[in-house]
Amino acid sequence: MLKIIKYVLLDIVRSRTIIGYTVFLMLATWGMFMLESNPSKSMLSLINILLIVIPLVSIIFSTIHFYNSYEFMELMLAQPVKRSTVFAGSYAGAALALCMAFIIGTGIPLVTFDSSGAAIALLISGILITLIFVSIAYLCAALSRDKAKGTGIAILSWFFFAIIYDSLLLFILFLFADYPIEKFLLALTFFNPVDLVRLILLLKMDVAALMGMTGAVYSQLLGSVNGMLIAGLVSIIWILWPFALAMRIFKRKDI
Amino acid sequence: MEIRGLKKQFGRIHVLNGLTLQLKKGSAYALIGPNGSGKTTMLKILLGLVNPDSGEALFQNKSVLKQWKYRNHFGYMPQISRYPENMTPFQIMEMIKDIRQHSGAYDMDLYKQFGINKFENKAMHSLSGGMRQKVGASLAFMFSPEVIILDEPTAGLDPLSTEILKEKIIRSRHEGKLILITSHILSDLDEIITHVIYLNEGNILFQLTIEELRSRTKSEKLSQAIAAIMKENGHA
Repeated sequence: MLKIIKYVLLDIVRSRTIIGYTVFLMLATWGMFMLESNPSKSMLSLINILLIVIPLVSIIFSTIHFYNSYEFMELMLAQPVKRSTVFAGSYAGAALALCMAFIIGTGIPLVTFDSSGAAIALLISGILITLIFVSIAYLCAALSRDKAKGTGIAILSWFFFAIIYDSLLLFILFLFADYPIEKFLLALTFFNPVDLVRLILLLKMDVAALMGMTGAVYSQLLGSVNGMLIAGLVSIIWILWPFALAMRIFKRKDI
Repeated sequence: MEIRGLKKQFGRIHVLNGLTLQLKKGSAYALIGPNGSGKTTMLKILLGLVNPDSGEALFQNKSVLKQWKYRNHFGYMPQISRYPENMTPFQIMEMIKDIRQHSGAYDMDLYKQFGINKFENKAMHSLSGGMRQKVGASLAFMFSPEVIILDEPTAGLDPLSTEILKEKIIRSRHEGKLILITSHILSDLDEIITHVIYLNEGNILFQLTIEELRSRTKSEKLSQAIAAIMKENGHA
């Protein structure tokens, strides 16, 4: 398993895309803190950028990586290596590379400007969201043999989670503005990893007060230690289920 | 090695229709048959690359389905050699050595005879089809496996390299290896094989030793013998 990860990582580093991503994250983080004197404001802008960019890069990079390493996987599968090892190794390699890029790109500048609890929360959330979207990417790639189709499904799922889902939530919010639907909305956020992470971060940053009634309900339900634990657990479920399903498909696949 | 009632369907097409075979070591089997007769699928099932719908494949009396350790005893040369494109042959070989953890010496015969060292540091994508086949062939033999599976090994190889490969196959057979070859180039199979298995639409049409085939058809050349049998069975 470790050996598979080693070769997957070697391959990823050779392609240089990951280095570009690291540099981009670094510039974005540094830029945010340079442009804005109030660190908590720059943190907010940073969160908004990261919650769009991390899912997008993670999902597209991983899908393309999966298809590009098809030859490698074929070669490995004819060797005395378990199928699940090949798959998990490929996943771990991609996830590790993206997490390292995030930790170096965002983590280093972030810690130099602001090492409060919020910064740590941002780092952990960033890693969670990366892992979630690598899982979703692997599921998309396992679903289709065709590269164009797989990448298409991946982009669509990013679009859904990062943009469409929010609009739907807003729509529901307006439609049922007269009803007490906060708890229902909270339940809905659990079905979108991006919203879930955003919520955790906002609550951690004490800007929930700006979110009115909803914010109050959210802080009440999620702001406690238990709430954070639940949110963390749900994030981990979001990493695990697409991965497990993708693994199941991959194991039964005819190469 | 044994195969019992192997069945596989791709969509509506029955690729394998309940295949049953006994394969013994020290023999070389040629799998022949028209395109789409299920040759490659059968080999891929033996390697665990394709899951059969039903049936069993046994190696040393143990099922190989969903197993992986048995592949330590297998060497495989695929029909279309697909390798990580930005790695070099040298890197690929080192990687597979690293993954397989083979105890004992590496069999570098083909590596030397094919002159792979001349292009071992060029990226795979810059190599010609024949060069890739050479890399594939030397990888299949490198770990002295007990079962060697060659899918269209001579397609794309030059005559000299084909001869080298044929000699290597004969030597391995004498060493007691089990060899499975598919090929459409019947003349390449003369001399090297001991048994012929003819597949057609997922069924075994006939399975004969080379001597039986010769005595039945009274022709020395494999291609003529096969043609004669086909005529006999009314398939020509």
